Amino acid sequence: MRTLTYGQAISEATVQCMAADDSIFVAGEGVDDIKGTFGTTKEAYARFGAGRVIDVPNSENAMAGFAIGAAAAGLRPLLVHTRADFMFLALDPLVNLAAKWRYMYGGDKGGVPVVTRGVVGRGWGQGATHSQSPHATFAHYAGLHVAAPASPADAKGLLVRALTGETPVVLVENRNLYPLTGEVPEEATPIDFGVGRIARRGDDVTVVATSLMVHEAERAAEQLAGRGISVEVVDVRTLRPLDDRIICESVARTGRLVVADTSWARYGFSAEVAAVVAEHIPQALTAPVRRLTLPDSPAPVSWPLEEAFHPGAAGVVEACLRLCGQAPGDLPALADVAAGFQGPY
Amino acid sequence: MTSGPARLLRDMVRIRVVEETLADHYRDEQEMRTPTHFSIGQEATAVGVCAATRPGDWVYTAHRSHAPYLAKGGDLTAMVAELYGRQSGCAHGRGGSIHLVDRTAGFAGSAAILGEMIPVAVGTAWAFARRGGTRVAVTFFGDGATEEGVFAESLNLAAVRRAPVVFVCENNLYSISSPLAARQPAGPTIRDRAEAAGVTAVQVDGNDVFAVHDAALTALRHCRDGGGPYLLELATYRWREHVGPGHDHGHGQGYRPVEETEAWIARCPIARAADALRDRDPGIDRTVADWREQCREEIRDAVAHVRQQPFPDVEALLDGAYQPVPR
Ligand SMILES: Cc1ncc(C[n+]2csc(CCOP(=O)(O)OP(=O)(O)O)c2C)c(N)n1
Ligand SMILES: [Mg+2]
Repeated sequence: MRTLTYGQAISEATVQCMAADDSIFVAGEGVDDIKGTFGTTKEAYARFGAGRVIDVPNSENAMAGFAIGAAAAGLRPLLVHTRADFMFLALDPLVNLAAKWRYMYGGDKGGVPVVTRGVVGRGWGQGATHSQSPHATFAHYAGLHVAAPASPADAKGLLVRALTGETPVVLVENRNLYPLTGEVPEEATPIDFGVGRIARRGDDVTVVATSLMVHEAERAAEQLAGRGISVEVVDVRTLRPLDDRIICESVARTGRLVVADTSWARYGFSAEVAAVVAEHIPQALTAPVRRLTLPDSPAPVSWPLEEAFHPGAAGVVEACLRLCGQAPGDLPALADVAAGFQGPY
Repeated sequence: MTSGPARLLRDMVRIRVVEETLADHYRDEQEMRTPTHFSIGQEATAVGVCAATRPGDWVYTAHRSHAPYLAKGGDLTAMVAELYGRQSGCAHGRGGSIHLVDRTAGFAGSAAILGEMIPVAVGTAWAFARRGGTRVAVTFFGDGATEEGVFAESLNLAAVRRAPVVFVCENNLYSISSPLAARQPAGPTIRDRAEAAGVTAVQVDGNDVFAVHDAALTALRHCRDGGGPYLLELATYRWREHVGPGHDHGHGQGYRPVEETEAWIARCPIARAADALRDRDPGIDRTVADWREQCREEIRDAVAHVRQQPFPDVEALLDGAYQPVPR
């Protein structure tokens, strides 16, 4: 199979779906820009032009409502935000209307399949309001589906599913994944939401993650293999619906659970995964759950603080070692996937 | 000491030299790891407005923060230290270029979510008025921010509460690479929209520091006299790329016609102010050259000083997230 970058996979899914369904349009601030939203909207703009890849005013709140109205009338909007932080301005229409539309009107009038892509993740000093990962915020609300793909193939397949389904979807993309390469099928084959994937097989510890943290966990697992610790990495792919079964089957075998996330622990993805295990297989755990998440402060800008703030492979290694009763510290520190980022911004 | 028109020119020269120098360091060193939005070319808006304020007035801005911060009297070294992520920065390295603050100078804060500081200034203005007195709140934002719903909501709120707030829209014709025409209909201007909401509003040549200053004095007087909110729509242009130290016209980026950028550069606010003063002061060019030299030295010293200073202590990562709990 040929390989694509994560960004190319998103671009290809967009173009193929738009070619197959002329009700799909892309809308977002600067989607027609020369940089094309990290390259993901460039080809669609070149192929379909300004009538279907639409640069919009800086009006996130109105654009979300606009998309709902367009979807109600039979179009399929794909909204793009260059920072998911801007989606907080769109929270009301997405949460109070899109998520509830089908149910609130009786369940038999159809849904509003608005698909929203939000870019998350660190760059250089993006700071408190430009590097947050609000996937759990959106996943909290019944009526929305939320995905955070880690691989190029999943980025394509989940976007295809979103653009062919009837449910409003939020897709969270970590910007540090865009250059990552992987095998991607040529066809626009959908991947169903709610089906996780074992990214790596192992027997001693389960690491549950999404998005960028799947890669950090895989790198950690590689290093831990050298210490005789066998790590299983579970990539849930979607936060809602969540694949409870794949999480529980893995933890039932390993007896140990680390959850790694690029957001905060409280009321977040890591809390949800821990709750799923506690509810279904409380007897399976041979050690307490460990969560690798953000410290309880907003994101700082200063470089040393930023380095300390963001979780990465080294943190996964340490959490796994502690769970297995081994002392951390004598392994070479792993740099984050994002550490290769050469800036600026 | 200079005062009056010469001071306006001098403040612009200082901001220009500071920003040009910082842009060079930013590009060459890659040590200021914070997205940075330079105001080079837009100095007359910041200086004209801020020079008209009193020390007790508060200024808020969006992401394009350096020029208003400096024009309001914000501490230069603390700003440079913030860009370099140092503990001595005005936000102790927590905020970066987009979160400048200097309460002593009346620079209340900048924030980079579009439109976010517009209602905040209305609230501050309302609080000022409630306490009695004549303090005014000023809020800078771009043309792009006026597309956010909160702009319309804030105009309405300020008008109905007669809040002493001056809305300062720096209309530089672009939101990143999107031209105004792609985002707002031809016809009604930003000024018109404010007026329709019940806010007194004027359009001013934002590259004419004297015109901006006069208009700002009128606006501030109007607010202090209980006349309610006021909006200044200032036509100007950014010379550099949206974010970062580079130039982006004529390098295949293509969103701005080269001729357009060159025409605006020919309308340099500093050159125009010097032109206006030359009749009365034939030695003005010499004076400007001297100011440039002084300012170069000032910013060079600030950078050299800051680069010797420590980064924040990683142990203190969480400090400031909440009010400290007495141990
Ligand atoms: C709510 C929100 N949406 C989008 C952005 C991304 N963004 C940052 S600056 C900018 C352009 C703003 O243009 P304008 O308000 O005219 O200010 P200028 O940069 O021209 O000074 C955009 C779209 C943001 N920061 N916040
Ligand atoms: Mg602008």
